Amino acid sequence: MSTVHTHAGHQADTHHDAHDHHGPEKGWRRWVFATNHKDIGTMYLLFSLTMFFVGGTMAMIIRAELFQPGLQLVNPMFFNSMTTMHALVMIFGAVMPAFVGLANWMIPLQVGAPDMALPRMNNFSFWILPFAFTLLLSTLFVEGGAPASGWTMYPPLVLQTGDAFPLMIFAVHLMGASSIMGAINVIVTIMNMRAPGMSLLKMPLFTWSWLITAYLLIAVMPVLAGAVTMLLTDHYFGTTFFEAAGGGDPVMYQHIFWFFGHPEVYIMILPAFGIVSEIIPTFSRKRLFGYDAMVYAIASIAFLSFIVWAHHMFTVGMPLAGQMFFMLATMLIAVPTGVKVFNWTATMYKGSLSFEPPMLFALSFLFLFSIGGFSGLMLAIVPADFQYHDTYFVVAHFHYVLVPGAVFAIMAAVYYWLPKWTGHMYNNALAKAHFWASTIFVNVLFFPQHFLGLAGMPRRIPDYNTQFADWNMVSSIGAFGFGLSQLLLVAVIWQSVRGGVKATDKVWDSGMPHGLEWTLSSPPPYHSFEVAPEVK
Amino acid sequence: MLKILKCAAAAIAACLPAGAAFAAWELNMPVGVTELSREIHGLHMLIFWVCVLIAVVVFGAMIYSIVKFRHSKGAIPATFDHSTKVEVVWTVIPIAILVGMAIPAAETLIKIEDMRGSDLSVKVTGYQWQWHYDYIDHNVNFFSRISRDSDAARQLNSGIDPTSVENYLLEVDKRLVVPVDSKIRILLTSSDVIHAWWVPAFGMKKDAYPGFVNELWFRATEPGIYRGQCAELCGYDHAFMPVVVEVKSKQDFDAWLQAQQAGDAPAAQPAAIDSQSDNASATTTVARAE
Amino acid sequence: MAHAHTTHAPADKYYVPHGSPWPIIGSVSLFTTVLGAALWINESSSGPVLFSVGLLLVAFMFAGWFGTVIKESENRFYNEAVDRSFRMGMMWFIFSEVMFFAAFFGALWYARQYSVPWLGGEGVKVFTNYLLWDNFEAAWPTNGPGDVGGDFETIPAFGLPAINTAILLTSGVTITIAHHALKAGKRGMLNVFLALTFLLGFTFVFLQAEEYMEAYQHLNLTLGSGIYGSTFFMLTGFHGFHVTVGAIMLTVIWIRCLRGHFTPTHHFAFEGVAWYWHFVDVVWLGLFIFVYWL
Ligand code: HEM
Ligand SMILES: [Cu+2]
Ligand SMILES: [Cu+2]
Repeated sequence: MSTVHTHAGHQADTHHDAHDHHGPEKGWRRWVFATNHKDIGTMYLLFSLTMFFVGGTMAMIIRAELFQPGLQLVNPMFFNSMTTMHALVMIFGAVMPAFVGLANWMIPLQVGAPDMALPRMNNFSFWILPFAFTLLLSTLFVEGGAPASGWTMYPPLVLQTGDAFPLMIFAVHLMGASSIMGAINVIVTIMNMRAPGMSLLKMPLFTWSWLITAYLLIAVMPVLAGAVTMLLTDHYFGTTFFEAAGGGDPVMYQHIFWFFGHPEVYIMILPAFGIVSEIIPTFSRKRLFGYDAMVYAIASIAFLSFIVWAHHMFTVGMPLAGQMFFMLATMLIAVPTGVKVFNWTATMYKGSLSFEPPMLFALSFLFLFSIGGFSGLMLAIVPADFQYHDTYFVVAHFHYVLVPGAVFAIMAAVYYWLPKWTGHMYNNALAKAHFWASTIFVNVLFFPQHFLGLAGMPRRIPDYNTQFADWNMVSSIGAFGFGLSQLLLVAVIWQSVRGGVKATDKVWDSGMPHGLEWTLSSPPPYHSFEVAPEVK
Repeated sequence: MLKILKCAAAAIAACLPAGAAFAAWELNMPVGVTELSREIHGLHMLIFWVCVLIAVVVFGAMIYSIVKFRHSKGAIPATFDHSTKVEVVWTVIPIAILVGMAIPAAETLIKIEDMRGSDLSVKVTGYQWQWHYDYIDHNVNFFSRISRDSDAARQLNSGIDPTSVENYLLEVDKRLVVPVDSKIRILLTSSDVIHAWWVPAFGMKKDAYPGFVNELWFRATEPGIYRGQCAELCGYDHAFMPVVVEVKSKQDFDAWLQAQQAGDAPAAQPAAIDSQSDNASATTTVARAE
Repeated sequence: MAHAHTTHAPADKYYVPHGSPWPIIGSVSLFTTVLGAALWINESSSGPVLFSVGLLLVAFMFAGWFGTVIKESENRFYNEAVDRSFRMGMMWFIFSEVMFFAAFFGALWYARQYSVPWLGGEGVKVFTNYLLWDNFEAAWPTNGPGDVGGDFETIPAFGLPAINTAILLTSGVTITIAHHALKAGKRGMLNVFLALTFLLGFTFVFLQAEEYMEAYQHLNLTLGSGIYGSTFFMLTGFHGFHVTVGAIMLTVIWIRCLRGHFTPTHHFAFEGVAWYWHFVDVVWLGLFIFVYWL
C-alpha cells in the first residue's frame, strides 16, 4: 500500500463540533435501529464472539466424547448433531460475522468514508443473523433432534432429519440473505465512497481482500440457497433432483454445494490475508513487500476458487478427466497462496520487528496457516486423497487453515484495532498469555489429528478403535486447554472497553506509514469522515 | 500447562521405538498390500517430503527474520518493497515443483481408474448400518455387520472396556473373502444413504450411493485379514459398520466359495438391527432401486 | 424514519440516515415468515397463521422502508454519490439473482449431461444401468428409471411459451420506450408505455398460470414428474415469481410517475426496476431455449 496522508491531522475532531451532528442515540434504539457502521460492526463482533463460545461448547462436547474409546457421554445421534451444529455455528455464526464486523468497522475508516454506503441495509444484514441462529439453535430442542448430517448436508442422509429440517434450511436462507446484503454493502462502499485520490491500487490490503471476498459471496451464497431449496423440495414437494429413480443424482447436490463450498472456504481466509498484510508491515517497520503481487494473488486465488470445487469429492466416482482437471486446478491454487506467504516473509526480511500481540498472532498465522496449506497440497494429490479423504487428516487440514488461520487472523485484527475502537490500550501481558496459550494448545489439539487420519481414523465418528486412543486423548486435552484459553480474550476485551491507558491516534508508534484509519482519533468520531480526506 | 508438556514429552518418548507392536502413537500412513497402495504411499511420502523441503526454506527464512531483525536489538528497517524478479522466481519454481508432482500422481491415477478385466466381481451394497456382499457370478451373498462383542461394548455406558475387545469396532460377523493375486472388482451401491467403502491396506476408498454403481478394484498380494470402515457419514451408527476383508490363497478361496454355495451360507436377510431401539429419527428408507 | 433534516437543497454530503426501524421490522417479519413456513411443513396448526402474518409484515416493511426512501429522495436528500450507491447495489443484487438461477440451470445441465445418460448406461457408470436400471434408456425429457410420477407430456415450445416470449420481449421494448420518454420529459408517453409494460407482465403471469393448469390437469406434468418436472417447475416457477415481483414493482413505479415523481435526470428507482425487468426477460430466454425448446 502506498503512503496516505491527510491534509489536517485531526480535522475530524473539529468537524464533529462544527456540524449539527448527533452522536449515538440513547439506549436500545442505538443498537436496534442502528445505521452507524461502527455500532453495527460492534454488534457483529459481539455476536461472533457469542457464537464462538456456543460453537466452542459443542466442540468441547465432541472432544469430551472422543477423549477415550467407548461411548461415555452422548449417543451417536447427538454426537452427529454436535459435529454438524459446531461447523454451521462456527462458519456462519463466528468466522463470517467476525469478518463482516471488521469490514464494517474498518472499511469506511480505511477508504475515508462517512459510513457504509447503504446504512439501513447494513442494519438489516446484521439483525437477520440473531434470528437465523435462533432458528438454527432451536433445532436442538425439536422432535428428532438437531441436524446430524454434517454441515455439508448431503442427501439422502439429510432428508432423514426430523422436524429440524425446514428450520435448518430456512436458517441457511436467512444467513445467505444476510451475507449477500453485507457483501453488496462492502462492494458499494469500496467502489463508490473512496476518498479522492485513493485509486484502487492505493487501497489498504484489508479493504482489497474484502472487496474480492464480497464478490465471492455474491457469486456463491445464492447457489447455496438454490441447493438447499432443492433439498427442501426433494423432501416435501416431490421433486427428485437428488434421487436416481427420478433421473436425478445425490452427487449433483455435492457439485452444487461445493461450487459454493470451496469459494466459501476462501471467503473465510481472504480477509485474514488482508489483516495479516496490514499487521506484518506495521510491526516490521517496513512497507509490505510486493503490494501489487499481493493484490493479484488474492484475485487469482478468488478466480481459481471457482474451478476446484470437486476436490472435495474425489471419491464419488467422477470420470477420470474430471479428477485430473480438478487435481491440477487445485494444485495450481497453491501457487498464489505460496506467493502470499513468500511476500509476507520478504516483508519481515530486513525489517525491524517487534512482537506486540497482533504481530504474535500474525506470525503464528504465518507458520500454522502454511501447515494447513501443505496438507491442502497433499490432499490435492488424487490417489493420496483416496486415502486421506473423510479421515482426520482432512479435519486437521481445515482446522489448521481455519483456527490458527482465519480465527487467529481475527484475533490479530482485534488486538490490532481494539485500541482504535475503544480508545484504550489493553492489558499486554494478558493478551500475550492468551496468545501463548492459544498457540500451544491449538497445536496440541490439531497436530495429532494428522497422525490419526493417516493411521486410518475416519472423521465424524463418536467412537474408535483402541489404536487411535492415545492421540485422541492428546487432542482432547489440547481442545480443553484451547477452549479455556479463550476466556482470556474476553477478559482483555472487557478491560479495554472499560478503561485503561488512553490510546494515541496512531496507536502503534512504529513509525510506519499507516492507512487513513490512523489519522482519526481513538476512538474515531461517530461519523468517521464527514469530509473526505485527500489521499496523495 | 506443565502437565501438557509432560504429556507431550511422554507422547514423543512413546513413539520413538517406532513400529511398536500396537499401532498406538502411530504417525504415518501404513504401507498397504496392493501394488497401487504402495504407489499411493510413495506419492504420499513424496509430496510430504516436498512440503517438508518447502517448509524448511520458508520457515527458515521466517525464523531467521524473526531472530535477526529485531527492533529490540536496534535493527534498522530496509526500504525496499518490491522486486519483480523474485516474484517471478517464487511463482515459477512452485509451478515447476507442482508439475513434477502432478506427473507421477496422474500416472497412478490412470492405473487406478483402469477397470478393464477382473477375476472376481463383488457387488457391495451399503445399508444403514451394515454391508451386503454379493458374489454376482457365483450366487453367494450375505450381510456383514459389526461383531457381537464390539457391538455390546460400544453401547453408551456399556461398562465393557473397549481395550478388552479384540479389534474393537473393526470386526464383523462375516467377512468378505477374496483370493490373493487376483483383480477384484468391487461394484458399489447403496440401499439408503451414501456410505463409503474403505480398506486402507488396499489404498482404495469410494462412495457407495443409492441409484448408481461405482467401481473400484484391488489386487492384494498377501493373504491376511484387512480392516477398514465406512468413511462417509451415514447416520446414527456410521462409526459401527466395519469393512473386513479376508484375503485367502486361491485354493482356500475356492474351497470357501464352494462351501458357501453348498449352503453353509446364512440366509441373505438383513441382520436384525436390534441395538438401536433408542434411535428415534433415523429411519431406514428403502430406495426404489431395490 | 426520515430524520428531521431541513428539506431544502440537494445534499452536498453523502446522506447517512439516522436510526431506522424498518430493518429490524424486516428481520422480525422474515423470521416470522420462515418460522411459520417451517411449522407449517412440520404440520403444526400455527404454521399457516404465522406464515401469513409474516408475509403481511414483510409487505408492511417494504411499504414503510421504501416509503421513507421515496420521501427522502423527493426531498432531495440524495446527492449523486448516493444515487450511484443505489445503482451499484441494484446491479449486484441482480447479479446475485442470476447466480440463484444458475444453481437451477446447473441442475438441469447436470441431469441432461450426466445423471440421465449414466442411468442409461453411458460413460463411467456402465454398471449402474446393468445392475440397477436394466431396462432404462436415457432420453430427454424423462422422469427417470423409476418412472416417477407416471407418464407425462411436455408443453410444446412453440405454443404458449412462444407467445409468452413475444410478450416479455415486447415488454422489454415498451419499458425502453418509457425510459426514453422519461428522459425526454414526455410524461404522457411515459405513463402509457409503463402501464403497457406491467400489463404485459401480468398477462405473462396469467398465461403461465394457464400453462401450469394445463400441465397439471391434462399432461400429468407435475413437480413430481421426475427430474424433468423438478427442473421445469422450479425454473419456471421461480421465474414466474420474479416476473410477478417485477410487475408489482413496475406498478409502484407507474403510480409514482402518475404522482409526478422522477425527473429526466433523477430517476434511479425507475432504472433499477427496468434493469430488473430486463433481467427476468433474459432469464426467460434461457428458459425458453433450454427448458422448452431444446
Ligand atoms: C493451498 C491451498 C489449499 C488446498 C490445495 C486445499 C485442498 C483441499 C482439499 C483437496 C480438500 C478436500 C479433502 C478431502 O475431503 O478429501 C480440502 C478440504 C477442506 N479445505 Fe482446503 N485446501 C487449501 C486451502 C484451504 C483454505 C485456505 C481453507 C479455509 C480457510 C480450506 C478449508 C478447507 C475445508 C473447510 C475443507 C473440508 C471441508 C469438509 O469436507 O468439511 N482449505 N482442502
Ligand atoms: Cu476446497
Ligand atoms: Cu458410514
